[in-house]
Amino acid sequence: MFTTLLSGDFPRSRVLAVVLVAILAGLVLAPFVFPGTRSLNVAAKVAVFVLLVASYDLLLGYTGIVSFAHTMFFGIGGYGVGIAMAKLGAGWGNLALGSALALALSAALATAIGLLSLRVRAIFFAMITLAVASFFQILASQLSGFTGGEDGITYKLPELLLPGTKLVETPFLGVELSGRLANYYLVVFAALACFLALLRVVNSPFGRVLLSIRENEFRSEALGYRTVTYRTAANCIGALGATLAGVLYAIWLRYTGPDTTLSFNIMIDILLMVVIGGMGTLYGAAVGATIFVIAQNYLQDLMALASAAAKGVPLLPGLLHPDRWLLWLGVLFIVCVYYFPTGIVGRLREK
Amino acid sequence: MSHGSALPAQRFDWLPLALIPAIALAALPFIPSLPTWVTLTVAGLAMGMMIFMMAAGLTLVFGLMDIMNFAHGVFISVGAYAATSVLLAMKASMQADSLAANLAAIVPAVLAAMALAGFLGWFFERVVIRPVYGDHLKQILVTMGGLIVVEQLIHVVWGPDIIPLPRPATITGSFIVGGAAIERYRVLAVLVGLAVFAAMWLILNRTRLGLLIRAGVENREMVESLGYRIRTLFVGVFIAGSALAGLGGVMWALYQESVNAQIGMQMMVVLFIVLIIGGLGSVGGCFVGALLVGLMANYTGYLAPKLALGSNILLMVLVLLWRPRGLFPVGRG
Amino acid sequence: MAEALLALAGVNTHIGQYHILQGVDFEVPRAGLTMLLGRNGAGKTTTLRTVMGLWQASAGAIRYDGAEITRRTTPERARLGIAYVPENMGIFAGLTVRENLLLAARSGPPDDRRLEWIFRLFPAMQRFWHAHAGNLSGGQKQMLAIARAIVEPRRLLLVDEPTKGLAPSIIANMIDAFRELKRTETTLLVVEQNFHFARSVGDTVAVMDCGRIVHAGRMADLAADDALQQQLLGLSLQAHQ
Ligand SMILES: Nc1ncnc2c1ncn2[C@@H]1O[C@H](COP(=O)(O)OP(=O)(O)OP(=O)(O)O)[C@@H](O)[C@H]1O
Ligand SMILES: [Mg+2]
Repeated sequence: MFTTLLSGDFPRSRVLAVVLVAILAGLVLAPFVFPGTRSLNVAAKVAVFVLLVASYDLLLGYTGIVSFAHTMFFGIGGYGVGIAMAKLGAGWGNLALGSALALALSAALATAIGLLSLRVRAIFFAMITLAVASFFQILASQLSGFTGGEDGITYKLPELLLPGTKLVETPFLGVELSGRLANYYLVVFAALACFLALLRVVNSPFGRVLLSIRENEFRSEALGYRTVTYRTAANCIGALGATLAGVLYAIWLRYTGPDTTLSFNIMIDILLMVVIGGMGTLYGAAVGATIFVIAQNYLQDLMALASAAAKGVPLLPGLLHPDRWLLWLGVLFIVCVYYFPTGIVGRLREK
Repeated sequence: MSHGSALPAQRFDWLPLALIPAIALAALPFIPSLPTWVTLTVAGLAMGMMIFMMAAGLTLVFGLMDIMNFAHGVFISVGAYAATSVLLAMKASMQADSLAANLAAIVPAVLAAMALAGFLGWFFERVVIRPVYGDHLKQILVTMGGLIVVEQLIHVVWGPDIIPLPRPATITGSFIVGGAAIERYRVLAVLVGLAVFAAMWLILNRTRLGLLIRAGVENREMVESLGYRIRTLFVGVFIAGSALAGLGGVMWALYQESVNAQIGMQMMVVLFIVLIIGGLGSVGGCFVGALLVGLMANYTGYLAPKLALGSNILLMVLVLLWRPRGLFPVGRG
Repeated sequence: MAEALLALAGVNTHIGQYHILQGVDFEVPRAGLTMLLGRNGAGKTTTLRTVMGLWQASAGAIRYDGAEITRRTTPERARLGIAYVPENMGIFAGLTVRENLLLAARSGPPDDRRLEWIFRLFPAMQRFWHAHAGNLSGGQKQMLAIARAIVEPRRLLLVDEPTKGLAPSIIANMIDAFRELKRTETTLLVVEQNFHFARSVGDTVAVMDCGRIVHAGRMADLAADDALQQQLLGLSLQAHQ
């Protein structure tokens, strides 16, 4: 059963297996174990980002291409739900329609970008995606009639998913069984299902061709694989994964705006998560996303303490200021690329 | 010795150059008055020249070493900040309405900017880029990481807020030519840009160093086989390119009359568009691309302010459909 | 006998995960022309590139003029007097013929005597002095590539398949040019597929197969021994009539 579920791709390290089980258990039990609003938000974000980062790893780790348009696809998912809910009304049908349109748009865009630029070379692709993504960012902020501009859009969801809805009158294990809970489990299980689907993709013959193209493009071309086609397909699947993540995040937040989806900072976060967790293995994405999101939410508190403690020392308070946490993650990122290119998961598996 | 040549000298490809006047003329019917058009054209050229200064090093480094430095933008912001520090310290001489006094502030500011950007370039090449030669994926990742770190360090050193930066007295204001208001600073930017381009052209085409660089862009291994250490050459070009980006940063900051830590990243997107339009690795293409982007941004900025960057992306896509490797593709031997 | 100018001992070269040279041993005597023969993919080009330092030998030693150069960089080797004409000629297409030659002359522009000598060897160089090298014909590019290697006197010249793709009449010119080159101090190591050319200019010969030297000796002996030729080069000549 496990073999089918994981597509035969086992953690291959006892520690990693424990960590993964802990992440899964944490996500599933979060509403009961950490019932606060903030911790439930963190847990939902972890679930969404595991999917987002895993779909990015399909590009970076498995296909060997760097895309800066992943937040664009994330945003398309988010705005697809957001606009459908806000303009058409909060029905299940509209939710499905918005998501479907977003997926279609993402697929079309990803194919176009792939065909236009993957023929040339990895660097070209990275540059083009950066340009297109910033174009999209501007588009979203300018079409404020649709997107709410910089402020974004807030909307209602189908009744069942709203926090005010009571599913059952009596609390279960001391926790109110509300629409919020239904929403949370929808997000977590949908993300989990998508993650397993991605795992299936990378462990299929298709995934192995991608790896062989990454290892030696010239040789794969000689063996008769159309590398552009494979890479474009991977780009498309990655984009769809990001779009679904965007849909889920929009459902959870009931808000979509540039800062939660399109922002370049999120793109950087994704890069950090993939590299720190470990490129070329989806479990790395899961571990990286979990660690990062938790650090993002709690590391800053720690830095504030340290910064206050370092008061008086020149420059140090500035370096330790909570807003500078990206500085340290950036350094960690560079160190990872140089010395631990397989990230945390690679390290764990080596043992 | 006289040596007749029976072969045609390689034809220079003029077509892409004609795009510059073509865009300018195409915009003419949409702009309500001729003076406005003149003002916009000068503004576009000035912007293009500044972009060229920022982008030139990036394209040369790519041509020579096959490295795309995603952190090139930090040289722009570091240059801008260094100059700002100097200029703000010499406020009095900036505000004096005398060219000599203004220059006494500007020259050290520009030198400081170029020196700091150049030094950072040297450091970057040694520490960040050298370990990942030949690995494109790691290059992109590592330089991206460098961008994050330096941007954060700028926050630490100069603070997170926008710093206003007034222009020196003698180059503020504008003059009127045939009804068109032309800002002095823009004319200065065009002149500096032309001077930089001319200097680069002369070095590349009239000196032995330039010969080496051009040969290195074509075939690195062969240059080494002829006995030249391409590494040394490369470090030199990298430092010069960074210093030039620093100069571009100063010019840009004075143009915007403010600096913020994000300009590096914001400009990166524009630089990439310019490089892709011009052809990766081509200095001439970079020049033409920068002017096209500058003009396009100003015309659309006037007609439909929201679409300025969008119009340049459109331009890029059109160029790629016409020439998939940019206006002046650089071949590798 | 004097020590050989170039000596390879047990040289191994890996390209990526592939083990290409698997212990190459041979010597290039001073002031003569050594032919390196072998069928396609035998490792001839790889051998020259390893001598030039464009691939690093993973094991073994390369001695040049009495000193070990195995760990030297390519520019260092060039400055010791080794010049290389690669299989694809490696000319700078965007530079003119003149610029190509100027660049190769490390100690300043070549003097007129040297240039005239080069023009006598390859008259096309004079005619197309200001033409872009990319516009030259295949044969002219080959000549430029060789001219570039000898624009200043060099001790050891590595030439990879100088007759590749040339018309028979041009090959005759090439033979003359190489005979002229042999009259100078320069030692030559030439990779060839064309046995007629090899026989016309070679003094000594080494034959490679599968990343190893399988025969070494005097060219005249090989040329006279039909059976040996058949055994070694029956393969070698398959690709080249
Ligand atoms: N860059 C490379 N990557 C992988 N393998 C290579 C590379 N270059 C050469 N090889 C392999 O090394 C072997 C020897 O190649 P080499 O070019 O030295 O042969 P050669 O004797 O010069 O052949 P030819 O007569 O065809 O020029 C061949 O099997 C070739 O496939
Ligand atoms: Mg060969």
